[in-house]
Amino acid sequence: MKAVLALEDGSLFRGEGFGARASACGEVCFNTSMTGYQEILTDPSYKWQIVTMTYPLIGNYGVSRQDVESWRPHVAGFVIRELSPVVSNWRAEASLAEYLEQNGIPGIQGVDTRALTKKLRVRGALNGFISTEDIADEEALRRAKAWPGLIGVDYVKEVTHRESFVWDENDEQSAEFRLTQGLAGDPRQVRAALPPADLPIVAFDYGMKYNILRRLRQHGFRVRVLPATASAADALRHKPAGIFLSNGPGDPAALGYAVSTVRELVQTGLPIFGICLGHQILGQAFGGRTFKLKFGHRGGNQPVKDLESGRVEITSQNHGFAVDAASLPSEVVVDRINLNDQTVEGMRHRSKPIFCVQYHPEASPGPHDSTPLFARFRELICKA
Amino acid sequence: MPKRTDIHSVLIIGAGPIIIGQACEFDYSGTQACKALREEGYRVILVNSNPATIMTDPEFADRTYIEPVTPECVEKIIAREVEEMGRQGAQGKLALLPTLGGQTALNTAMALFRKGVLERYGVEMIGANAAAIERGEDRQVFKDLMISIGLDVPISGTAHTLEEAREIAERIGRFPLIIRPAFTLGGTGGGIAYNREEFEEIARRGLELSPVSEVLIEESLLGWKEYEMEVMRDRADNCVIICSIENFDPMGIHTGDSITVAPIQTLTDKEYQIMRDASFAVIRAVGVETGGSNIQFGVNPDNGRMVIIEMNPRVSRSSALASKATGFPIAKIAAKLAVGYLLDEIRNDITRETPASFEPTIDYVVTKVPRFAFEKFPQADPTLNTQMKSVGEAMAIGRTFKESLQKALRSLEIGRHGLGGDGKPWRFGDKVYGDRDVLPRELIRQRLSTPNAERIFFLRHALRAGFTVEEIFELTRIDRWFLAQIKELVDFEEDLAANGL
Repeated sequence: MKAVLALEDGSLFRGEGFGARASACGEVCFNTSMTGYQEILTDPSYKWQIVTMTYPLIGNYGVSRQDVESWRPHVAGFVIRELSPVVSNWRAEASLAEYLEQNGIPGIQGVDTRALTKKLRVRGALNGFISTEDIADEEALRRAKAWPGLIGVDYVKEVTHRESFVWDENDEQSAEFRLTQGLAGDPRQVRAALPPADLPIVAFDYGMKYNILRRLRQHGFRVRVLPATASAADALRHKPAGIFLSNGPGDPAALGYAVSTVRELVQTGLPIFGICLGHQILGQAFGGRTFKLKFGHRGGNQPVKDLESGRVEITSQNHGFAVDAASLPSEVVVDRINLNDQTVEGMRHRSKPIFCVQYHPEASPGPHDSTPLFARFRELICKA
Repeated sequence: MPKRTDIHSVLIIGAGPIIIGQACEFDYSGTQACKALREEGYRVILVNSNPATIMTDPEFADRTYIEPVTPECVEKIIAREVEEMGRQGAQGKLALLPTLGGQTALNTAMALFRKGVLERYGVEMIGANAAAIERGEDRQVFKDLMISIGLDVPISGTAHTLEEAREIAERIGRFPLIIRPAFTLGGTGGGIAYNREEFEEIARRGLELSPVSEVLIEESLLGWKEYEMEVMRDRADNCVIICSIENFDPMGIHTGDSITVAPIQTLTDKEYQIMRDASFAVIRAVGVETGGSNIQFGVNPDNGRMVIIEMNPRVSRSSALASKATGFPIAKIAAKLAVGYLLDEIRNDITRETPASFEPTIDYVVTKVPRFAFEKFPQADPTLNTQMKSVGEAMAIGRTFKESLQKALRSLEIGRHGLGGDGKPWRFGDKVYGDRDVLPRELIRQRLSTPNAERIFFLRHALRAGFTVEEIFELTRIDRWFLAQIKELVDFEEDLAANGL
């Protein structure tokens, strides 16, 4: 199966197709994680993005039902250097190619992903078109150029749950992944214990990763998930002890409705914790601005410094936009920065119990250094 | 935190003569450390008995002693230097950095500590202190520590009667089992039991031979997957993984004799992150305050169970590999951390703009292949086991595993251009085969089932003789992912042979 990736700047990459026989437009971006491709594929924040992995060998350990971050993969297309000819891991249930095929997503391998990444590093993310349907080069380039792109478009509405629901009421999906130890029996049955779910909160779903929900549950929260379009009154009706704002795809400046809802919630004095897009929405609700980064942060090795403790966390990140520190009012403190480019990675309100981070403390994929932030949210609620 | 001003001079102990298992990698790390510390304005004192090293070139230290690396000799050096510092009116003390000269330096430093020399002269061990080194090096103390922090280790038990021995075997529930009698000279009377009969026999013999009638019975990890993590830690407890390594050869072969690959290839992110968390838990529990450590893991390929094998509380052979594989100069950074800097205060040598507090992520594959020289040691047993026998290694970088493996094999300078297909003959004992001859199945079977220096080439011979990946896995326990990669190389060779370029 021949495949092609065309970019809006006129460049063309040819390779071997895998996954579905399909075509799609999207913003082409790269991720530097060396593990965790299945979590990346299923992260709703990648809606309308064609993702390329900088690590060249992908598919080695297959896919598993345990490793999903939502109900399906969301990437528009997947671009890699070399697909593994076999799957080698005790948990593997299917191959990456089978998984993409089942979900109608085109993949292309045999691409010089280093050359592609260098191009994206110079030009920033580019619009592109991927196809495994034997499409003529001119047509592929035409479609890459014709795609309108991410700026100003609301993709949240495509990935948010339409109805409100309570996460994992029967505690079947939230236990932390553990490995079998010693002489224990079936390795698939190993589960960590969960504390009682005694703290009710609401979570605005802008495209939330499952591991955020798992982590919240692991910290004793009973989470009611609300659609992104829910109003402040909808949220308050559930009498939450705190409010969570999730990650999600696309341009944060296109989400006026979410910003005004959050602005109302900020006034209530309820504890609020935001992650990624949730952080950007809070930034705007505080009166700040967001802007598009030239090089988005996508990978599992981004150093973030907590300016108040001096500690450095290695974090998992996936964002193309950031909050402009200069635009924030004086009651908001920037308390975390990215050590690579000094951009804002965390904020807290001086007088209200509100904090947020631009990166992914839920990891999955990526390092667990920032897991304590979920405990911080709990403490904040218990103190309030 | 700025660098420490209470230190005037730093004593670095080198690794001494080059021996199997301890070669030029410690010259590389020691040289980096000397440069890093002089850069910071410390007076560097070096002791190494090997004048053929780079580090003993006059420009690397303020004073170089080419003397035996023994506690007695280093004690005299300390006495002389402390006196010298007094004469110079030095503000600050003498520090000893023992973690950069391999096991020799570590052992020497520990002997000086135990003799009370360090205390007598007011010398501070930096990088890792004596308690941490002890926790990392004493097998039983380390194992107990791992259990106390909730990490998994090989299951074992001690027995004083055959009945007790049988109970332990029953509890572990599968063969092979390792039996080690207590207090016998060089562990005589021990062995590996592959079935009940062998177990009864070895256990009975062990109990008889042990003066206290005691045997340790431990589950064997033979054939498990083997991994390594290179960790760094600073004074503020920031920890990072510099490099993850997967061994091509399964457990049972010394890492120094294994083909190793960076980064890890066959773990999911969930498993990798558990290994990363465990690595940090180990370095914290052992108490290596600053610098690098190497931590080894065994993973059961059938159920993912992950056990801690051991840790080196120092710069190791793998650190040199990890430094070259990632561009992160572990020894240099370890030296700077030892004198008080934090990871985010040190510049990244590659980007020059970002700090060293990050985890290198690479877009290539690094393969290290050991170099053997059994032709020079005709008496040596060429079977590979847990004792290191290689005399060197070649490392290569490629965009795929196949590319890096082929480059590394070619770099061994054993006359081969890769796995084979280079037109050169194969010699085994007095037998000579043509490059593309199909070798006898019996020879192949024998060379696959017993680990040896040529086994990598026999993977090609086996595939060309019609062995399936599954058959080869059963004989070698080399992960199927690696075998599938080798098969792609062999298939490509066949394609080239049939159709030309």
